[in-house]
Amino acid sequence: MSIQTASLQTSETPLGRDDLARLVARDIKPGSFVNLGIGQPTLVSNYLQPEQNITLHTENGMLGMGPVAEGDQIDGDLINAGKIPVTEQPGASYFHHADSFAIMRGGHLDICVLGAFQVSATGDLANWHTGAPDAIPAVGGAMDLATGAKDVFVMMTLLTRDGASKIVEACTYPLTGVGCVTRVYTDKAVFLTGPDGVTVRETFGCTLEELQALVPVPLTAAPAVAG
Amino acid sequence: MLHFIDTVGEAVAGIKDGSTVMIGGFGNAGQPFELIDALLEGGATDLTVVNNNAGQGDQGLALLIKEGRVRKMICSFPRQSDSWHFDAKYKAGEIELELVPQGNLAERIRAAGAGIGGFFTPTGYGTMLAEGKETRIIDGRGQVFETPIHADVALIKALKADGVGNLVYRKTARNFGPIMAAAAKHTIVQVSEIVPTGGLDPENVVTPGIYVNSIVRVNTAAGKTEQVA
Repeated sequence: MSIQTASLQTSETPLGRDDLARLVARDIKPGSFVNLGIGQPTLVSNYLQPEQNITLHTENGMLGMGPVAEGDQIDGDLINAGKIPVTEQPGASYFHHADSFAIMRGGHLDICVLGAFQVSATGDLANWHTGAPDAIPAVGGAMDLATGAKDVFVMMTLLTRDGASKIVEACTYPLTGVGCVTRVYTDKAVFLTGPDGVTVRETFGCTLEELQALVPVPLTAAPAVAG
Repeated sequence: MLHFIDTVGEAVAGIKDGSTVMIGGFGNAGQPFELIDALLEGGATDLTVVNNNAGQGDQGLALLIKEGRVRKMICSFPRQSDSWHFDAKYKAGEIELELVPQGNLAERIRAAGAGIGGFFTPTGYGTMLAEGKETRIIDGRGQVFETPIHADVALIKALKADGVGNLVYRKTARNFGPIMAAAAKHTIVQVSEIVPTGGLDPENVVTPGIYVNSIVRVNTAAGKTEQVA
């Protein structure tokens, strides 16, 4: 195991948000149809390369979304899921909400990238509600993305502000989807989740042993495969 | 029967207290602000409103909520940085909330328009939003039974209508318009422009006129989402 852990570490320090976004972008296969969730996942779009030929979907009814609009490009009728004005790419299409969610729910998207409060050892996702009694619940399209996309990538810090692992044995926050997450990109490691538990693809600034000390579920090194 | 109406006030005059009203828009894009203002002016109350959100800022749906006209919201994402009027009513216990995953909201509206009595979907399975609902394992996946959402009235915004009520929309402002037009018993549309019959390419019509009951022209610049005085 110690030999494998040495090969897992791919950076001397934890990754910052932009480094992580760059890594996720690099891992998206050319030609994919992708939905990027609100917040940290949106950063991924900054690092997608034209030669990857990625088509971005936005849940409010568009394929072929371009970068955030600036200046004269701003058009209140052309916004993304976060209600930010965006632009259209050549080849873009517009459709109504039921069609847009059929794209998600019908399994047509290759990847969605979402933020999370917690991910369980078997890939359960909690990312929409803290469950606090005074919180106003709002779910949006999170459950549709989580259950509909072929691959669900999560981007998050590994630890909460209090130092607790967000990868957990079982989620304590209300669930968004059951067994839906396939990869978790964090500042300290990339995890692969599935029915067989959690494997670690690479670590950033820590060894597998040091990572295991932080995460309360058994971790094993993933077989060496290209991302 | 299709009616072209001169003012937004006349267009919404028939909306009764206690109605279920679908309101198009995702955030401000596609929100029919002038029809909502007319509904506010007209005084109808005890409304159930179906919208993706629960109003932004101090305009449109947010004002309808502020003035206590909305008994219940059916929506997917009420909580936003500027949803203070909904937040206040909710925390005061003065408005009921039915929170629906966004794809279920869209598909339940679509189902109503298509005469579908309900459907099973994996969305929400195993979550608190499926509690108390019928479930089945279909093709190896847990699925939840969801029912259609019908409405007495839909208020939507489109770009253009022709003389028989065919509609085209603009960019992402299309959002809920086409499915709400089909789901409601009476669909009222505000458009920026009315063109003669034959003036829309039949290949490009998004909402066929059969779904449309009332059309009123409202002068808003394309892409402008702020309320026009």
